[in-house]
Amino acid sequence: MGFFLEVLIGGLLAGVLYSLVALGFVLIFKASGVFNFAQGAMVLTAALALVRALDVFEQWHWPFGVALASAFVFAAVVMAIVAWVAERLVLRKLVNQEGIILFMATIGVTFFLEGMAQTVFGADVYPLNIGLPKDPLFILESLFDGGILVNELDIWAAVIAGLLVTGLALFFQRTRIGRALRAVADDHAAAQSVGIPLNQIWFIVWLVAGLVALVAGAVWGAKLGVQFSLSLLALKALPVLILGGFTSVPGAIIGGLVIGAGEKISEVFLGPSLGGGIEIWFAYVLALLFLLVRPQGMFGERIIERV
Amino acid sequence: MIYREAGQYKASYQADQAIFPIAQDRFVMLALLAIAFFVVPLVATEYVYRAVLIPTVILALAAIGLNVLMGYCGQVSLGSGAFMGVGAYAAYNLAIRLPFLNPFVCILLSGFVAAAVGLVFGIPSLRIKGFYLAVATLAAQFFGDWAFLRVKWITDYTPSGSVNAPPLQILGWDLSSPTANYLVSLAFAVMLALGVKNIVRGHIGRQWMAIRDMDIAAEIIGVRPMYAKLTAFAVSSFLIGVAGALWAFVYLGSWEPAAFDINRSFQLMFMVIIGSVLGAIFIVVMPIFLNQALPPLGAAFGWRISTATVSHFEAMIFGALIVFFLVVEPHGLARLWSIAKEKLRLWPFPH
Repeated sequence: MGFFLEVLIGGLLAGVLYSLVALGFVLIFKASGVFNFAQGAMVLTAALALVRALDVFEQWHWPFGVALASAFVFAAVVMAIVAWVAERLVLRKLVNQEGIILFMATIGVTFFLEGMAQTVFGADVYPLNIGLPKDPLFILESLFDGGILVNELDIWAAVIAGLLVTGLALFFQRTRIGRALRAVADDHAAAQSVGIPLNQIWFIVWLVAGLVALVAGAVWGAKLGVQFSLSLLALKALPVLILGGFTSVPGAIIGGLVIGAGEKISEVFLGPSLGGGIEIWFAYVLALLFLLVRPQGMFGERIIERV
Repeated sequence: MIYREAGQYKASYQADQAIFPIAQDRFVMLALLAIAFFVVPLVATEYVYRAVLIPTVILALAAIGLNVLMGYCGQVSLGSGAFMGVGAYAAYNLAIRLPFLNPFVCILLSGFVAAAVGLVFGIPSLRIKGFYLAVATLAAQFFGDWAFLRVKWITDYTPSGSVNAPPLQILGWDLSSPTANYLVSLAFAVMLALGVKNIVRGHIGRQWMAIRDMDIAAEIIGVRPMYAKLTAFAVSSFLIGVAGALWAFVYLGSWEPAAFDINRSFQLMFMVIIGSVLGAIFIVVMPIFLNQALPPLGAAFGWRISTATVSHFEAMIFGALIVFFLVVEPHGLARLWSIAKEKLRLWPFPH
């Protein structure tokens, strides 16, 4: 029982990190109807910008706090540039195209960003230290023999994810821009006709997604080191989206938790009998089975089609 | 003036329904085939065969297969790399388990195995579409990656996971020379392409296009979506599977699961966006060109360009081109080609 709980908690905490990546997808999809495959590449770009800037600032012997803050600002500026270029050169040119064409265009953006980020910032594995503790922690020792092992970093990641979601919820509900974003998400044409500038909104939403990518990149980078595999996180986040629905922020969170937990539990308890390594497709099959029952995901809006 | 059909009367239904009703088209196609089959073998060197011609022909076949699904039926698939893998491993298993079968028979049969697997993974398309389906086909890709690596029966329990193709021969003829490899691949590609062209012109092809253009409307006028979508998946997977088997048997010779990973899927999608055959040429030639051109170019500016940087540049160009083609002409080069044809028919007159 203790072992099961340990696996479950480990899975849930990993799921939080998937949710962080999935959140970026949901934001862009809600506001522009674009299924942004490039989210993973954005995580990679943000994390590489962050870690390389931090290295440089530390070489200049800036105090750690200042260096870290400046590196975050630098990475945010990089993400702003990415958002601006994406809006200007891709989205604006493809207005009114079908969703699937925009989707393929973002696959192109993915390759471009991956190549670009690695050319500019280098392609090695960079350890990232953002001052989060990494010690293993034993909890509930009174209940179980030897307690349950969790990583302190994962707990911090969960806290950060919680703060981020709260912040985004406030931003969407309470601010002028947030209201405009929701209006655009609801109906492009109607929003435009009441004077909401679409291009600006798209830039803002890509920027917000870029910042979410930065947070995800920082947390994942601190956990695994900043390396190319961060880009593949996007592929991990897709089943989360299917499960949670493309348009729902809570869906992304809960989907992430379900996938994270399901993945770890299946790997530990089912994997050995199947030859191991089933993590990578288990999430997809889970999501696929779910799709057959509810095509719009757990929290997605009902798809109604008219001729 | 040259491309004009005045005076070409069609006196029978057969002539009216021909694949290339215009004489100039027929002539150009025949000339291209003659060049590919007879002139190229006279001039090509072994390097050109191995590095350019053989991969181009096989990838073009795979892209034609994916185009059936993406271009004609409008179902985006990101699992095509895995279907190539299914073809390759099916051919391998047929060859080692039924040793009396000729390798080419194995290659053809492997297409049917891939088609069966394609049918299974096409089932979600009945419920979901668009990028939901694209994501669902990723499941096929990852499941394939895993199965090729972990299910040891597929690789016949070889310890390294790398397998070898049987020697290529037919009726005692040795077909392992580069020229023979090229001609074999070309023959497969041309025959299957001709078959697909005919399917696409027929009633199944019309149904696919109806589904692509608007599936609900198609359903209302009596196209069965299940039949149309699943046949598209099956035909597409068949072609991709045969291409995968050729890729493994004829081009690679010995291979590992990584030969059919997700990057292959993206490559195929890219080829379809550009236009199957042109895309294949592009995807084969671009890396060779960059590998040759970038290091000296960098040296001229005093930079040292490593192979890693070259591959990053490749990714950038690859990505930029996808976006470029989608922005300029979302319907691909085929559309540009048909516009050019319309213009040519009237040229030099404006109307």
